[in-house]
Amino acid sequence: MSFGTQEGAWSSGTGDTSGFGGIVTKIEFPKGSEPPYGGWYDGAIARLGELVAEPTVAVVFDRGELTLHVAREKLLEVVQALRDDAKLRFEYCVSVSGVHYPADAGAELHVVYHLLSITHNRRLRLEVSVPDADPHLPSVVRVYPAADWHEREAWDMFGIVFDGHPYLTRILMPDDWVGHPQRKDYPLGGIPVEFKGAKVPPVDQRRSYR
Amino acid sequence: MSASIDFYAAPGHEDEFTAYETNAAGEFEAIQAEQADREDRVLVINMGPQHPSTHGVLRLMVECDGETVVKIRPGIGFLHTGIEKSMEYRSYTQGTAFVTRMDYVAPLFNEAAYVLSVERLLGIEDQIPKRAQDIRVLMMELCRLASHLVAIATGGLEIGALTVYMNGFREREMILDFFEAVTGLRMNHEYIRPGGVANDLPENAIAQLHDIIDWVEKRLPEIHQFCDDNPIFKGRMQGIAYMDLTACFALGVTGPCLRSAGMPWDLRKSQPYCGYETYDFNVPTQESADAYGRYLVRMAEMEESLKIVKQACDRLDASRGEPVMIDDPALKWPAQLALGPDGQGNSHEHIKQIMGESMESLIHHFKLVSSGFEVPPGQAYVPIESPKGELGCHVVADGGAHPYRVHMRDPGFNHLQAVPLLCEGGMIADIVVAIGSLDPVMGGVDR
Repeated sequence: MSFGTQEGAWSSGTGDTSGFGGIVTKIEFPKGSEPPYGGWYDGAIARLGELVAEPTVAVVFDRGELTLHVAREKLLEVVQALRDDAKLRFEYCVSVSGVHYPADAGAELHVVYHLLSITHNRRLRLEVSVPDADPHLPSVVRVYPAADWHEREAWDMFGIVFDGHPYLTRILMPDDWVGHPQRKDYPLGGIPVEFKGAKVPPVDQRRSYR
Repeated sequence: MSASIDFYAAPGHEDEFTAYETNAAGEFEAIQAEQADREDRVLVINMGPQHPSTHGVLRLMVECDGETVVKIRPGIGFLHTGIEKSMEYRSYTQGTAFVTRMDYVAPLFNEAAYVLSVERLLGIEDQIPKRAQDIRVLMMELCRLASHLVAIATGGLEIGALTVYMNGFREREMILDFFEAVTGLRMNHEYIRPGGVANDLPENAIAQLHDIIDWVEKRLPEIHQFCDDNPIFKGRMQGIAYMDLTACFALGVTGPCLRSAGMPWDLRKSQPYCGYETYDFNVPTQESADAYGRYLVRMAEMEESLKIVKQACDRLDASRGEPVMIDDPALKWPAQLALGPDGQGNSHEHIKQIMGESMESLIHHFKLVSSGFEVPPGQAYVPIESPKGELGCHVVADGGAHPYRVHMRDPGFNHLQAVPLLCEGGMIADIVVAIGSLDPVMGGVDR
């Protein structure tokens, strides 16, 4: 996945007098890695492949952390296998967090699951991407009840819809809030601060942050 | 989000969205009328968000039949300050100033989790100086002591054990005095920075530390004396807020709650960071899986923390003068700050160099302090054992000088999901015991 390109040696939009203005850097995320990954990783991936047909879209091993990119159609099958199989046994879904990548056309919204196996003392990351136009993916609450509030937060902050969630409502923002604040197209600040008889403009209009 | 919504819509503008009616009187009449038709005798109580025993701004919606809790649902978000969003507009070093304000009872853990993630992204995990790691361990363990003292003190306060409250806060104050001497602030330290720590321990730190160790060692048994065999304390705590291992696993519960159910799971042992594998300590557990068990686990953990503090103290005494920040000019904060009487201060030697001697140093200082360093694209999740459980920080970097996304997995956020399990079927009075035994801090829960 690419974040686009950066021109010049410094941040864009500034008068670059360094002489490096012609440099074009492509900013890219770590790409899919090739096996073997070493340690327990190969065995676990092979085992998952035995239980679920074509479980992953891509496998990224970066900075000592394994990320399995999973298609949303396969997600439930994969987490079920990861939790229940004795050789995998990821009992904990410790965290679910959304990330918004507007540059990743067709897969703008990513959901990142961090799984933990206490039995084997292992960690694993699942990443599922959905398009902004159809931000639906199945809820894992049925498999990991702990994901309940985490998924609500991802809905609240990013507008990702977890189908099958028992009670997908806003959790941190007020119930009548409009918009999903942690998306990249949502401004910092965004709404004016209102006092009785006076109004202060939103922070992003008061001063420049970038 | 559709493009047509105008976030800036002023009142009266056609795009303005209307808030729900807050006409309490009218609303209440409607609820009354609705409840009047009910055959059962269920009473709906709204507890919080401004309630003294909900550990901050936690709202509990309780349905009661007499004194029995039929249904309870926690409502959170009253302390949501958009920290994660704000961090995307600041440099990585400035990020420490934001995360430290999340779980404000254990600020150093937030900093450590975030900084360890950033260090993993930078690939400098094994270049952090040993003394910096030892200082981190020392500060974190003192912070664990302070946090557990607050948990036990406020937990005691809520069931009327006022002496425990006074004692707990007195001991905590000693630890906060040490934090103030080292970092300049009692809370919200911004002390653990990418690459090391903000500044070295002051001259008299080790001596002060010995005083604290002696003091806390003398005072911890007092709390044991007050509580352990106190029939009222035990009556309020034993068998209350029961959560067995199956429930803990299903609900992702970690920390003292998991250990009170008999599982010796501690990330300091199982997935060590900051050199915890070189310290000698135990992971205390209990089998009772109730509020009393959690209290005992916390008490025992404080003793283990003291053991680690002593070991760290000896190591720091031996490593005086060694660096506390990574030796990489591209990442290293330019100067070790001296500590003035107001808790802030400059490094005069550094000022002399950048203002009087070297133009390049000034440029470098300016670049590093104003823009910050860049972090190569990727993502990292580093979990640590905070006093409440697994505290993890998911950081996504896009190659720039600001984090692309930071997500804190706060244990309190996860644990509050267990409130219905802990409280339903119990008494109203036991709600505060159950919440106290989970020890959520709303700053971390709501972020």
